[in-house]
Amino acid sequence: MSEEVLVEEKTELEERFPEIIRDERKGYEGYIVPAEKLVEFASALRDEFGYDFLSSVTGVDYMPEESMEVVYHAYQTTGGPGLVYKVQVEREDPVVPSLTPVFPGAGLQEREAWDLLGIRFEGHPNLKRVLLWEGFDGHPLRKDWREAFYEGDGKPFKSRWPGGQVRRVEEDNPFNKNVDYPEGFDPENWIPEGETAVYERVGRLDHAVSETALSTDQLVVNLGPQHPSTHGVFRMVVRLDGEKIVALEPVMGYLHRNHEKIGERNTFLMNIPFTDRLDYFNSMSNNFGYVLAVEKLMGVNPPERAEYIRVMMAELTRIVNHLAAIGFLLNDLGAFFTPLLYAFEERELILDIFEAVSGSRMMCNYYRFGGVARDLPAGVFERVKSLVLDRLAGKIDDLDAFLTNNEIIRARTIGIGVLTAEEAIAHSIVGPVLRASGVPYDVRRADPYGIYDRFDFDVAVRYHGDIYDRYLIRLDELRQSLRILEQVIRDIPEGPIQEGKPQYQARVPAGEAYGRVEGPKGELGFYVVSNGKPNPWRYHVRAPSFINLTALDVMCRNYKIADVVTILGSIDIVLGETDR
Amino acid sequence: MTDDINSPGYDIPPELEGQVSITTLDKVYNWSRRNSIWPMMFGLACCGIEMICAATSRFDFSRFGMEVMRPSPRQSDLMIVSGTVTKKMLPQIVRLYNQMPEPKYVLAMGACASGGGPFKEGYSVVDGVDKFIPVDVYVTGCPPTPQALLHGLITLQKKIDKQSIKEVRWYSKEPIEPIPVPVLGPDLMDPREFGLIKQYSTEKLVEEQEVPAAEEA
Repeated sequence: MSEEVLVEEKTELEERFPEIIRDERKGYEGYIVPAEKLVEFASALRDEFGYDFLSSVTGVDYMPEESMEVVYHAYQTTGGPGLVYKVQVEREDPVVPSLTPVFPGAGLQEREAWDLLGIRFEGHPNLKRVLLWEGFDGHPLRKDWREAFYEGDGKPFKSRWPGGQVRRVEEDNPFNKNVDYPEGFDPENWIPEGETAVYERVGRLDHAVSETALSTDQLVVNLGPQHPSTHGVFRMVVRLDGEKIVALEPVMGYLHRNHEKIGERNTFLMNIPFTDRLDYFNSMSNNFGYVLAVEKLMGVNPPERAEYIRVMMAELTRIVNHLAAIGFLLNDLGAFFTPLLYAFEERELILDIFEAVSGSRMMCNYYRFGGVARDLPAGVFERVKSLVLDRLAGKIDDLDAFLTNNEIIRARTIGIGVLTAEEAIAHSIVGPVLRASGVPYDVRRADPYGIYDRFDFDVAVRYHGDIYDRYLIRLDELRQSLRILEQVIRDIPEGPIQEGKPQYQARVPAGEAYGRVEGPKGELGFYVVSNGKPNPWRYHVRAPSFINLTALDVMCRNYKIADVVTILGSIDIVLGETDR
Repeated sequence: MTDDINSPGYDIPPELEGQVSITTLDKVYNWSRRNSIWPMMFGLACCGIEMICAATSRFDFSRFGMEVMRPSPRQSDLMIVSGTVTKKMLPQIVRLYNQMPEPKYVLAMGACASGGGPFKEGYSVVDGVDKFIPVDVYVTGCPPTPQALLHGLITLQKKIDKQSIKEVRWYSKEPIEPIPVPVLGPDLMDPREFGLIKQYSTEKLVEEQEVPAAEEA
């Protein structure tokens, strides 16, 4: 798409909606839409202008301007750059119309914005807290909300070394631990609100009557948060008619680690190691997304060699992730641990490479703004080469040979957990799950970042949208990753690995940026707002694992209870990223 | 192995060597317990992945008799708190701990479980699981490598070696009280601290009222 067409289309949009105004703030882009026009605008974007994919919904608290802003990032599933639009409302009791009727994929994201920022979305079918619990005091991402261990608005905290003496923040807390209570609170008369909302969502038990010929009672079952098949601390509340799923409600937040609040206290550079811990299988590609977003703001470009190293690490991480995903999926299917042992054998070899370049197996903290932390140490390139050229292809073929035509796997996955292409797009599903539903959308190809436009690879796509296709597409992507790696090995140049001098303090000009990468689990986006200070004003993660769960109910309905764990396994979530 | 449990100083006739051991009850009891620690299959966060790694072929903790990971707390001896404990998850963890039968042990794996780690300052993170349940072994790292976890498990075995039937809590006359399960209110509440919480929030209320009054004056 050429630049001219883009400008023309934008004016077309402005003609269609004279109410919208361009965001003229320095470093900002997109349109500001009046709240009452939002739903109409979003539907027109989808139906008339082709922006059918709502990638991210998030809020920003502009406390100095007394306003609250909801930011939407829309894309076209046919590819091309995106469109940003925003709604500005008052900071006190902000109300925005909900986009869930147009884009069901906004559901969980709007709940998150309500939970953390206190923005009410009018017309949302289930505007309950999602990461915290009902009854929590306040909305923590509002700028005037302070946590129990509050030390300052931005790091480095001056309070840490007063007079050269270490002082611990616990010492100021009357409970000596990380808790705080509102004034006048009486714990003995506290009635927890807790679970009623969740159970109401799946349907109240007392008027659940089975419509089948047999007179049976429907049953509500909790899976998790401590359950061997939920891939961490995830919980599903399901209503069953016999063995059939009638309704399912995902409950998350059991690993909510305040990523975004901590991210706003940190300096820009300090956030890189925190991104490692989002999706802890793929720290390299998490780093990638974050540095891309900040590099957009800073306007730096990494040197050639660093670009190649970045792609190399990101693709190796994809191999780790997909192997593990297949292993865990087979775990859920009952092939307990053996396929996983095969997967983890290769994972260990790749983790050795990560450890050699970054010093840590899992939490690599390797990418920097304008490059990578250090060059490949001696011998590592040869190891990557031998792994990619001589070993991995054969191991992937092994897995393929052992698993793909296995009778049990076919019986339990073909035609199960079907998600159609339309449903997938509407629910903002990304990554292998979207592509297994027949939508060839891969950020590496649709909106290339880094140097991905140079490589020759196919966007894997499968068309049935069931668990089996989600398994097969991971095998396809493993092979495509190897293809990219072969080209990286062939073309990687010598040279510097860092643009300019490495700095402890990144100077980030004011503005906003949205960086997104095709992570192994799907589109991973980072929305960063800077006001020119050392700390980001807003730091939001568009987590694929979180948003992919929006469609879990749709995928599971009318299948059997035993299929739920497999369907969940085929989405491939990681709770660190889901709950952040 | 028999050398480990034999008590020195007893002469065993040569024809019975390797077949008869003379030892103490404590030693036999601990020897069998230390080599069959069943951990609970329960991963919280990043550390959970390294715990799985410790079970796979490269590190393989089944060499220490620990390969039987149990999803049910009723069948497990060891809770590996593998990851960040959040306030929302803590009531479940305490409940799981209460459901484990004695003898039971807790290993805090990694910085988060030991003291909050990088997320300590966060509003929904518990700064150390030991604020609520007793921890036997702490393992450092973020996440600890599988080798570090193995070292932690071996440390736990050494701790078990030193225990004596006469003193262990599960054979004492007094019943072992379960740990009160924390309640989720405006923030996490420990039922044992209700009095303190009430006192604190009343004081806060008084302060709030006093400050404007002072300003007016």
